[in-house]
Amino acid sequence: MTVPTRAPDRLSSPISAGVGESAVRPDGTLKVTGEFAYSSDLWMDGMLWGATLRSPHAYARIVHLDTTRALAATGVFAVLTHEDVPGRNAYGLEHKDQPVLASDVVRYQGEPVAIVAADHPQTARRAVALIDVEYDLLDPVVDPSTALDEATPRLHPDGNLVRHVRIRKGNDAVQADVVVTADYEVGMQDQAFLGPESGLAVPAEDGSVDLFVATQWLHVDRGQIAPALGLDEDQVRITLSGVGGAFGAREDLSMQVHACMLALRTRRPVKVVYSREESFFGHVHRHPARMHYEHGADRDGRLVYVKAEIILDGGAYASSTPAVVANAATLGSGPYAVDNVTIDSYGVYTNNPPCGAMRGFGAVQAAFGYESQMDRLAEAVGIDPVEIRVRNGLAEGGTTAAGQVIDSAAPVAELVRWVHDLPMPPPSSGDLRSMPGGVSNSTHGEGVVRGVGYGVGIKNICFSEGFDDYSTARVRLELVAGEPVASVHTSAVEVGQGLVTLLAQIARTELGVQQVTIEPADTSVGSAGSTSASRQTYVTGGAVQAVCQQVRKRLLERRPGYVGSPGDMPLRELLVDGPVEETVEWRHRPTTPLDPETGQGSPHVQLAFAAHRAVVDVDTELGLVKVVALDCAQDVGRAMNPQAVVGQIHGGSAQGLGLAVMEEIQVVDGLLRNPSFTDYLIPTILDMPPMQVEVLELADPHAPYGLRGVGEPPTISSTPAIVAAIRAATGLELTRIPVRPEHLTGT
Amino acid sequence: MRVKLRINGEDRVADDVWPGESLLYVLRERLGLPGAKNACEQGECGSCTVYLDSLPVCSCLVAAGQAEDRDVVTVEGLAAGDALDPVQQAFVDAGAVQCGFCTPGLIVSVHDLLERDPAPSDADVREALAGNLCRCTGYEMILGAVRLAAERRVGG
Repeated sequence: MTVPTRAPDRLSSPISAGVGESAVRPDGTLKVTGEFAYSSDLWMDGMLWGATLRSPHAYARIVHLDTTRALAATGVFAVLTHEDVPGRNAYGLEHKDQPVLASDVVRYQGEPVAIVAADHPQTARRAVALIDVEYDLLDPVVDPSTALDEATPRLHPDGNLVRHVRIRKGNDAVQADVVVTADYEVGMQDQAFLGPESGLAVPAEDGSVDLFVATQWLHVDRGQIAPALGLDEDQVRITLSGVGGAFGAREDLSMQVHACMLALRTRRPVKVVYSREESFFGHVHRHPARMHYEHGADRDGRLVYVKAEIILDGGAYASSTPAVVANAATLGSGPYAVDNVTIDSYGVYTNNPPCGAMRGFGAVQAAFGYESQMDRLAEAVGIDPVEIRVRNGLAEGGTTAAGQVIDSAAPVAELVRWVHDLPMPPPSSGDLRSMPGGVSNSTHGEGVVRGVGYGVGIKNICFSEGFDDYSTARVRLELVAGEPVASVHTSAVEVGQGLVTLLAQIARTELGVQQVTIEPADTSVGSAGSTSASRQTYVTGGAVQAVCQQVRKRLLERRPGYVGSPGDMPLRELLVDGPVEETVEWRHRPTTPLDPETGQGSPHVQLAFAAHRAVVDVDTELGLVKVVALDCAQDVGRAMNPQAVVGQIHGGSAQGLGLAVMEEIQVVDGLLRNPSFTDYLIPTILDMPPMQVEVLELADPHAPYGLRGVGEPPTISSTPAIVAAIRAATGLELTRIPVRPEHLTGT
Repeated sequence: MRVKLRINGEDRVADDVWPGESLLYVLRERLGLPGAKNACEQGECGSCTVYLDSLPVCSCLVAAGQAEDRDVVTVEGLAAGDALDPVQQAFVDAGAVQCGFCTPGLIVSVHDLLERDPAPSDADVREALAGNLCRCTGYEMILGAVRLAAERRVGG
């Protein structure tokens, strides 16, 4: 295989600590010196640049498509359309409903229509502008609430319903003394990773292709790319390049097939890098949601029933909508014990931008609904927001909305008490920089009110509903220059969370080696599953632990009767006879599908919980919010790397803050109005308050090392906590997120 | 066109530069220095921050021709051989690096801040870094890294 000039490195620095300690990232030095090879940094002699023509319309028929002028431009090597897709012109994570390049119809603004390869990115972009397309405009379906109506045009052959999940737990006719009802809405959030979609495809002499790319699951990419290219899977080799953040947005394909098509056609390496604007069109977003909730409780605030209808706008293609719908349903009553639950969760097709995976998917939307309801209920029965959560919090042995018995820690009440008992921030200092609006000098404190709010969330860890969710790990232990070295090879994707650190820590702990090499992730080893659902430490961590134990067993066969700890194995002596190499495919315990009528079952491997307390100052005259404090308590089972765990909690909380008060993709008539960091705002260092974080370690006996997935829970509970704090400060209902200034000023 | 400039103490020449190319593009795609990052290419995120004649700039907003005969220092030029700059080492030690895409720009910005103000308050640090977006860390450990780097620089 031909390797680019800049390619993913083996990470071979010594690992500084084992499991449970804050080992230093093996890729840290490369990242701070600028040497780490991200997918947009790849470079190869003779490479071309790819660019994509996208639909400017939300819904239209393609009447005419002519590439003549583009192809004639100097420096252009190829212009390809749907007619050039070598294999099946359809892909998708769960339904193959999305074309590689649109043929007759475009279903969203930004849908790829044609691709160009040229000798300079600007030449490629100019050639894109020379492609002539004539569209016949159709009325876009943009309201998810009416997408299922008979009168609404069907955007796909089977209609506009992607999935409906029904939860019927207990008695849906039960009555309660206290009832609170409301409608809630969640806007469309973007993952806004910093490293744009990018990669380099390198054609081989035999018609196969090597792809270097930033993604989240190499093997599922390959399973979609190869059929589209008309190749066998082993003719598409994928190597992970440096990933500049993911948060779910890289679960779906973006430029992968396009770059491979251009490379195979031109017989030259082709690099594709999206601009920021194109990135907003080039990946799926978080599903907007409309939710109707009704909570019934007794006069003490103990839940009697929860009813909800949740509509998730999947946009033009299915992506991971089915799983999002299931999460919203099975987690839709939140981290609370309630015997009677009736939920209908729908995912629908529209001509809005496609929505799919983003950190906490399905659970984030539902949490805004059920947590807002818990505060309403607390007010209705006259108890405080902490007490209502303590009284109703799930605990080990309780059952979820899906009827699943929780068989490890579920410390909901404890987490809420933890954040409640943390020190409160001091009153505003009067420093302009601590005020809403900051140095814009918009207030010196006049019109500013403070509020405190709480939120708790629940998230399933790993893939659910009976999915065969496994990871593959290969470990080789050998002497290099007389020193024992373990090399760990998986296809698991490091997106920044520190997986490479953890895998090296596990090898150090299990094998007693100081020197651990992490091989680049690629498809020459079996699937590791996705870096999503907070699952990779659990599943690939479990696989590396298992394979290390296998290596150890093989090694000890060379010394029958050895009874020491792994750390004391005489490795040098045992390895003189040669290396040991083992490969293991590891699975977590099985789950079950949902009953189609009742949504009951044991769909989830593990459940995770986090709680937040937010303190906000609100300038009621201008509608500006300053989050003053955002404190979190989370049970992580086992803190495999405490520094990395806290880093996940900080970062997840920040994304939740963004959804609460800043972040929304504005879609009008199916058209995206703010595809830039000028107009789509994510939290800066001025927007994030200091955080106090309490990490609980209540081991899950079913999980490797007792660990519990960390990445998503903090994103779920921070949003409702912040909105609750704004409500407490202002007395407003605030049923829509993100909360905008006009919601606060009423103007 | 041809652009001559001094980068990390070395005289460099880039040929065949299209006049519309940014300094960022020339660094990354013509001169083999991809440390400065291309996250937004419109001056919003700070990932492409480099020194231009000792002032931090978004290299995506500097036309390559504007850098003619000027002095550029990128993240690749901060370490002294194998010894990381204290800011770089502090980012690694304090957990301020996750995906790392914002890191090169932040390191240049922090380096500049500590050159100007060796002991900034947290509020000063927040103001100084408000132009550098990070999506992974929530900024807490970046603040920690700045405090650590400041201590170590003073401690010598």
